[in-house]
Amino acid sequence: MASLSLTINGKKQTIDADPQMPLLWAIRDVVGLKGTKFGCGIAQCGACTVHLNGTPIRSCSTPVSAAAGKKITTIEGIGTEKNLHPVQQAWIEEQVPQCGYCQSGQIMSAVALLKDKPSPTDADIDAAMRGNICRCGTYGRIRKAIHTAAKLSKETASASGK
Amino acid sequence: MKPQLPSIDRRSFLKAAGLTGTGLLLGFTARANGTSQVVNLNAAADPNALVAFELNPFILIDNAGNITIINHRPDMGQGSWQAVPTMIAEELEVTLDQITIRQSDGLRKYGSQLSGGSSTVRTGWKRLREVGAAARQMFIESAAARWNVPVSECHAEKGTVKHSSGKSLTYGELVDDASKREVPKTVQLKAKKDFKLIGQPLQRPDIPSKVTGKAVFGMDVTVPGMLYASVEHCPVIHGKVVSIDDSATKKIPGVKAVVKTERPMPHRKAEAVAVVATSYWAALQGRRALKVQWDKAGYDQSMTTSTYFREMREKSKQDAFPFYTAGDFKAAYEAAPKKLEGFYETPFLAHAPMEPEVAVAHVKPDGSCEIWAPVQGPDGAIGEVSQYLGIKPEQVKVTVPFLGGAFGRKAYLDFVLEAVHISKQVKAPVKLVWTREDDITQGPYRPGMLSAMRGAVDAGGNIVAFEHKAIGESIQRQVFKANIDNKADEWVGESINDKECPYGFPNANVGYNNVKTDIPIVWWRSVYASNTPFGHECFFDELAHAGGKDPLALRLEMLEKAKGTAKPEGQEKGIPVVDRFIQVLKVLREKSGWEKPLAEGQGKGVAIARSFGSQCAHAIFVTKKGNGVKIDRVVSVMDCGMYVNPDNVRAQTEGNIVYGLTAAVKNGITFTNGQADQTNFHDYQVLRLDEMPAVEIHLIENEEAPGGVGEPGLPAVAPALCNAIFAATGKRIRTLPFDLNNLPS
Ligand code: FES
Ligand code: FES
Repeated sequence: MASLSLTINGKKQTIDADPQMPLLWAIRDVVGLKGTKFGCGIAQCGACTVHLNGTPIRSCSTPVSAAAGKKITTIEGIGTEKNLHPVQQAWIEEQVPQCGYCQSGQIMSAVALLKDKPSPTDADIDAAMRGNICRCGTYGRIRKAIHTAAKLSKETASASGK
Repeated sequence: MKPQLPSIDRRSFLKAAGLTGTGLLLGFTARANGTSQVVNLNAAADPNALVAFELNPFILIDNAGNITIINHRPDMGQGSWQAVPTMIAEELEVTLDQITIRQSDGLRKYGSQLSGGSSTVRTGWKRLREVGAAARQMFIESAAARWNVPVSECHAEKGTVKHSSGKSLTYGELVDDASKREVPKTVQLKAKKDFKLIGQPLQRPDIPSKVTGKAVFGMDVTVPGMLYASVEHCPVIHGKVVSIDDSATKKIPGVKAVVKTERPMPHRKAEAVAVVATSYWAALQGRRALKVQWDKAGYDQSMTTSTYFREMREKSKQDAFPFYTAGDFKAAYEAAPKKLEGFYETPFLAHAPMEPEVAVAHVKPDGSCEIWAPVQGPDGAIGEVSQYLGIKPEQVKVTVPFLGGAFGRKAYLDFVLEAVHISKQVKAPVKLVWTREDDITQGPYRPGMLSAMRGAVDAGGNIVAFEHKAIGESIQRQVFKANIDNKADEWVGESINDKECPYGFPNANVGYNNVKTDIPIVWWRSVYASNTPFGHECFFDELAHAGGKDPLALRLEMLEKAKGTAKPEGQEKGIPVVDRFIQVLKVLREKSGWEKPLAEGQGKGVAIARSFGSQCAHAIFVTKKGNGVKIDRVVSVMDCGMYVNPDNVRAQTEGNIVYGLTAAVKNGITFTNGQADQTNFHDYQVLRLDEMPAVEIHLIENEEAPGGVGEPGLPAVAPALCNAIFAATGKRIRTLPFDLNNLPS
């Protein structure tokens, strides 16, 4: 066990955990943020995707010690029901989720993609999203929603004069 | 079986719902003749009288005007969270944003709360709307009495009763009066043209919580004092524990206990070893450090898939027990100028829902048990847990969060009982989390099946003889111990019997033969309709090509001849299945541009199947690419009768296309000497976003009773794809799965 300092969604906190514990379980079971999901445990499905210093990573395969001192962003840090991120808005508009279990990971990958490429092509979307499995089969809607989110982001940006 | 319902039920429900004072609570009773009657539960003076009540979905309105509608069918992504309340709200005359939705807790044992068989809308369609309409009528009558005006001058909208003079009263203001009224004996249901909510593509109320990470899934449940468990199962599933060395496990910080446990499948128990710890990570570490010696003997043959498939080929030489026969197959086959035969194989498959099996169980000191788990039916969970523990059903409480996918897997409650067994031993609430490896290697699976096909065409290209022997293990036999040795398992016949598949072959022989396996099996999205239409619809395609006919045109030709036959089972009214097939295929022909010529290297394939009361056809277009093909587009036509949310019908059909394509072109499950060869998503691959073809879905509008939508989009996917591949490449694929990029020669 070790005392580790984590910054999650802008909030600094100290937890007591095995440094080898995957970040996923530290986030879910120690910190108590349940939006990040477990799907495979071996970096194959993307359900556990969070951002580490802005880059999407698979938290099931990242030891918590590797995240200490870095900025961790989870789905809870992206937006709330009252203040939705454009990606979340687009996800609602296109009615993407079915069971919803994979969607935190999908959204985290999509948010990172749009930060990188504000107007992604289908090929960009394929490359950025192929790591996220959806067993319910929402892929077509995810693709559409990413294009919608790109539009929404631009509208928001121009409305706020940025 | 006598329905059991504890007298405390209604009270505890009211309390659970956070309600005090009076309220209106409606359920319905089942009459002996199978019809239902809406009843006012408030009127039941003797709480024991509730025993006779079937409390499926119901409405709860308090005098503050809060409206709660119960969803009695767990939501695994199929949309029951919206569909059930919508059917009630439509007739109740409230909007979806006026209501709070709650999941039924399963305490009410009588009445099905199972999400399965694509049944939620089909079975609830009349009864749920009646519940809503009865309440609406009681509010209208209450208002009319209060105002002393005729009922005919009043109507309800948006949770308010309005009088023609303009005055109005809300349901909350009327609920005291309404709760004292008799429930109307008959209610007037709306016509389709008057629906305000049903039939509209309304946004699903669960979605905002699913994009913010706030939705609570089974995996997310935490209860005070909870410990975590990870269970080591035998690699050959049914093996026995010989010895356990837990010395390394016990050294891991956080590990509390190592206990021998069991995995109670419905038909047999498997031995297992659980590591219980203060965190999931510690439990998993402890499990990895465990040294268990297993006796794996006895399953080499009965759990090797290649042996099973060989046995099925052998069995195909025998006569099958018929689903139906027509004319004289043998004579027509012998006499025909052109004969074909072929073996079609579909593999075992894991469901692999994104959320692996997980359950929190707490066996309490007083012997009662509480469960929080993503199960497809809380009533089934109460039944199984109480039976397992030898306690009364009312001593079991079940809370069902959202299910992170299920596809049939979470109606098989081995993982719940496993958590119960561990909790009982460690005397604490236990959260059992299966790893993905547990999920893939332990089953139960969709059974692998063989379709042995024979058929013939005459000189004019007409199909004159058609034989389909569906061969393989029976879920009813293995899981439910039904005797299937000398009969056709009707579950296997779904989609290929003459009620569901109305081609009207003049000479036909369609039947079933059982071959046993010890590999645990269970229903998987669309059950056997995910296996048998592959052979049925591909072989039809083979015969069409052999007779030089367009496969879609030949289907229509045969169906036209068969007109006037094949009403849906048990249905006197309504459009016959054969006419629905014709319409679906004609719309598909038009929407897909079927008759437009294709470029060199392109090919198109069609298939159709009826299952769970709906008919769905796909046309798939592919282009040759190296030694494989690329799927250009999938065009689908779905006739599910009336539906609640067209966008959700589309979403489910899209999902079925992805699930069906995965089953066709990704890994199957194989077993060698008792052990699964696949373990996780790296070797049990599934379709990914970059492989998603363009999909276009068209819905048929009619006023037929609703059919299912969660499964019927699946059966025709694989045959349509393989028929397209044949058209593009000349390669006939008869064994699933196969590699889309490197076709078998
Ligand atoms: S749980 Fe991390 S990638 Fe699957
Ligand atoms: S929405 Fe269910 S797994 Fe993606």
